[in-house]
Amino acid sequence: MDDLANALATDLDTTFPTVVENMGRQLFWGLRRICGDHQEAEDLTQETFIRAYRALDGYEPERIRAMDLRPWLWTIAMNLGRNHLRDRSRRPRYVEMTDAGREDPEPVDGAAWDRRLSVLNDHQRKAVVLRHVVGLGIVEISEITGRPEGTVKADVHRGLARLRETIEEEK
Amino acid sequence: MSIEDQLQQLSGDLPHGLTEGVALGTGLAEGYDFYESALGQVIVTFNPEGVSSVDIADGIEGRYRERHGRLLIRAEAPTAWRRHIPEAIERGTPGKLPVDLRSVTHFQEKVLRTTATIPKGEVRPYGWVAYEVESPRAVRAVGSAVARNPIPLIIPCHRVVRSDGHIGNYSLGGPHNKIELLEHEGAMPRLLEDLAARHIRVRGNPANRIYCLPTCRRIREASEVIDFRSTTAAEQAGYLACEHCRPHG
Repeated sequence: MDDLANALATDLDTTFPTVVENMGRQLFWGLRRICGDHQEAEDLTQETFIRAYRALDGYEPERIRAMDLRPWLWTIAMNLGRNHLRDRSRRPRYVEMTDAGREDPEPVDGAAWDRRLSVLNDHQRKAVVLRHVVGLGIVEISEITGRPEGTVKADVHRGLARLRETIEEEK
Repeated sequence: MSIEDQLQQLSGDLPHGLTEGVALGTGLAEGYDFYESALGQVIVTFNPEGVSSVDIADGIEGRYRERHGRLLIRAEAPTAWRRHIPEAIERGTPGKLPVDLRSVTHFQEKVLRTTATIPKGEVRPYGWVAYEVESPRAVRAVGSAVARNPIPLIIPCHRVVRSDGHIGNYSLGGPHNKIELLEHEGAMPRLLEDLAARHIRVRGNPANRIYCLPTCRRIREASEVIDFRSTTAAEQAGYLACEHCRPHG
């Protein structure tokens, strides 16, 4: 049981922004590397949090206390299809959106990695990103993606092998 | 550097505006934007449910927090209904614009939705609204519901006047704004005050023997009018109530 889940159970409205601050970075960058598009990742991240808030709003405090928030949020994110875009037109939109934080992190070449990751199939890309960009364990990834642990392991393994090949080809 | 190490560095900062976007999308914060009105610039606040308040823009932030205790974030209204806001302000009725009236009671909501049906250029007394919401005795409750209208201009509470015909008070900056709005809409506030001073409540058209509230568009088309001090007086003179303005209450 973690402190954040505890605080959420006690006061959802006050604590929720902290959840966004603490988990938004990881969620966004994981989604960003999986889908390859900044705007789409931003929309998906926002939508994940909005759905999470609504779900938590209906849960009993005991249930929230017992939650493991990170894999739960990722499960929501993975279940969001493209139909989430329908809801976007019903939401107020923050206007002072700037490009701050849009640059790819140094020292790695983000654009090159987007290209390499795009070569992987969807399962491999999700598995590799969740395992190595986000840093989730095999068990968590298996829960999130609904695929057996052995399959997830194989996805990560094959994905990394494919990335190595791609880097070799670049040379 | 190994592939795994490089992958680990493929993250950056939290994107700017994400926290605000989530706060707006969950309703933990209200969005706001500025619009023009007959009273100058107004601030409109909204959330995913609809428009939640209208106020005079000047010095709003302090007042808003005082009144609603919520965070305000500068935002664009949802694209699904953004275009209806200027139109709703201009016409003085929500039309297709969703309004969020969760902050008022069920009765108050009924009063405000009825108020929203009063046509531009016309006014109705509090008693009329009470009658329309099927609580003819609840004139005072109607008065306080109208006074607490969170969405003035769009829900046209300026079109509700005292039952004695006087213009009455207005929450959005005071009674002079109510007079200004009614003048702008062609509801003849000066004539209304004049009739009220003479205790005239309804006016009849001798050509068709129909009596109306003074601002009703039907009576304004009449070439000649007869003034009455009450609906009873009009009925006793053999006049029938207009079906457009329903001069009861």
